[in-house]
Amino acid sequence: MIDLLSIDFMQRALIAALLVGTVAPMVGIFLVQRRLSLIGDGMGHVALAGVAIGLVTGVAPVWTALVAAVVAAVVIELLRTRGRTNGDVALAVIFYGGIAAGVVIISKSPDGTPANLMKYLFGSILTTTSSDLYLFAGLAVLIAATTWALRPRLFAVANDEEYARAVGIPVLPLNIVLAVLTATTVVVAMRVVGLLLISALMIVPNAASQLIARSFSGALRWAIAFGLVSSVGGVALSYPLNTPSGGTIVLLAVGLFIVTAMVATARTQLSRRRHDVAEAHAHEHGIECGHEAIPHGDHVDYVHDGHLHAAHESHYDEHGHEGPHSDPDGTADTAGTAGAADTAGTTTGTAR
Amino acid sequence: MLMSAARTSPEPGVAPAPADAVIDLRRASFGYGERPTVTDATLTVRRGEIVAVVGPNGSGKSTLMKGILGLNERTAGTLTLFGVPGDELRDRARLGYVPQRHTLSTSVRATAEEIVSTGRLPRIGWLGRLRATDRQIVARSLDVVGLADRAATEVSTLSGGQQRRVLIARALAGQPDVLIMDEPTAGVDAANQHVLADVLERLVERGVTMIIVTHELGALERLLTRIVVVDGGRIRFDGTPERYAAQRGAVHHDHDSHHHDDELRPHPSGVAVGPLDAPHDGSRR
Ligand SMILES: [Zn+2]
Ligand SMILES: [Zn+2]
Ligand SMILES: [Zn+2]
Ligand SMILES: [Zn+2]
Repeated sequence: MIDLLSIDFMQRALIAALLVGTVAPMVGIFLVQRRLSLIGDGMGHVALAGVAIGLVTGVAPVWTALVAAVVAAVVIELLRTRGRTNGDVALAVIFYGGIAAGVVIISKSPDGTPANLMKYLFGSILTTTSSDLYLFAGLAVLIAATTWALRPRLFAVANDEEYARAVGIPVLPLNIVLAVLTATTVVVAMRVVGLLLISALMIVPNAASQLIARSFSGALRWAIAFGLVSSVGGVALSYPLNTPSGGTIVLLAVGLFIVTAMVATARTQLSRRRHDVAEAHAHEHGIECGHEAIPHGDHVDYVHDGHLHAAHESHYDEHGHEGPHSDPDGTADTAGTAGAADTAGTTTGTAR
Repeated sequence: MLMSAARTSPEPGVAPAPADAVIDLRRASFGYGERPTVTDATLTVRRGEIVAVVGPNGSGKSTLMKGILGLNERTAGTLTLFGVPGDELRDRARLGYVPQRHTLSTSVRATAEEIVSTGRLPRIGWLGRLRATDRQIVARSLDVVGLADRAATEVSTLSGGQQRRVLIARALAGQPDVLIMDEPTAGVDAANQHVLADVLERLVERGVTMIIVTHELGALERLLTRIVVVDGGRIRFDGTPERYAAQRGAVHHDHDSHHHDDELRPHPSGVAVGPLDAPHDGSRR
């Protein structure tokens, strides 16, 4: 690792990876929430046309890619809002038109070698220049700050657009902001991840985090952690392995996803086994419900016909009996459940 | 006075809206595009009323409600909200909207508290975050709907009825002046309907004005102060539950000979107060 850090382009690539690994999942979670997981992929296609124009005209390709992706983002969002049945088809035309134009125009540029095209499509640690890096850092800070500031509203709109509109949250402007954030992320990630694989770094860390998180904020934290591990790890590995950095990053992310899926499955099966549910419970316990509440670890149990009931998911769990059966030190649920083994399936939970 | 509101469409401008009117519709038509699905609706809802808007599926009752919320186009008539023309109401969160959702969006994980917190957003600044008081209001909203213990529970693990109550709490978190609920009991099992009715009763006790759109009155009937029947895109009846029960009884007797419009024509009062009306007052604690 120390060896790697002493190489200039490696330093730049690792810093770029840090930036990308943080912002891509941050933006991506809202795309997952809006069920637009593939939109970033389309913007990557269009950004290639921008890159090509930059290569032919001699303008820095990062800038032309940024302009192309942002314009495409706004057009796409407006098309989606029109909500016509062929909006989907219109997106396909934009996306494939973008990548086709990119490939054709690049072939006419002086740098139009297949190898050069590969770098843009699949990422390369060799291509990040130091002027790129300043721009990426600036854009990444902008993306992170905007996403953080607008996070509650982006969440509200993605969660329930109709409700957001009813209470006066500006839905279309927020959706356009999200589209522009996505486009900008595409460009920031262009060098190390590549235009065809960018979307994966926005989505796959989120797919993994959704398997283990139990809240939106938790999911976001996990996704950023997965994104950072994949992007920095992928860049670091791609040098000794001599592989394209984008592919390596995405494979790492997919590997994390698979491991997470196995861990999550194992965990669910474990928790399902030792678990005692109060049957037919038509009553909701609460502060004013009249049943005595007893603190038990991180929650409260309600004394219900001699049984201790604790809220869990949609139902109530049996946490033992009142009195001698209840867990005296009040620590773990497992202890309470063990004590309640004799009460399994014998509840009279319907009483009020 | 209220009962006569919609029976024979009054001239617009006649009889100004009472001072405590939260919603005042005059000969309004709503819909998407040129063909309105609700026409000539005149309706005044006053503070403290519990109004059920009933009608079969496709009758236009949801369109009427969405029109009040500004979610579709008003093609004719006037809409006044809290004494202000509907389009000019800036503080939209005064209308607490509880949409009909069979399931909450489960595309990403979110806790009940996170969903309910979105209801607080209209009350905080653009770059602001929820402060301690906002969090208290969110917690209290969850408590009112009986979900205090499930604040940190992931919503997709909750039952349909519980998810419905999460949406009610979300509307409450905005501290609205009126709650507008679309089919709060649809798809909710009997046990949860009871819990839901208890929650609504708690809101009634707190003096919350409510408009409940529903295709069946069921467990809610005892809470209502007024029933509005929508059918074929028009308001066909507007009156107390007692009158509604009486006329429904009359309709039931000679169904065949009546044209639909006549079905709910006012009846001499005092006739056949049905068993459905009995618990109306007695149920209040
Ligand atoms: Zn209780
Ligand atoms: Zn317990
Ligand atoms: Zn219980
Ligand atoms: Zn359980």
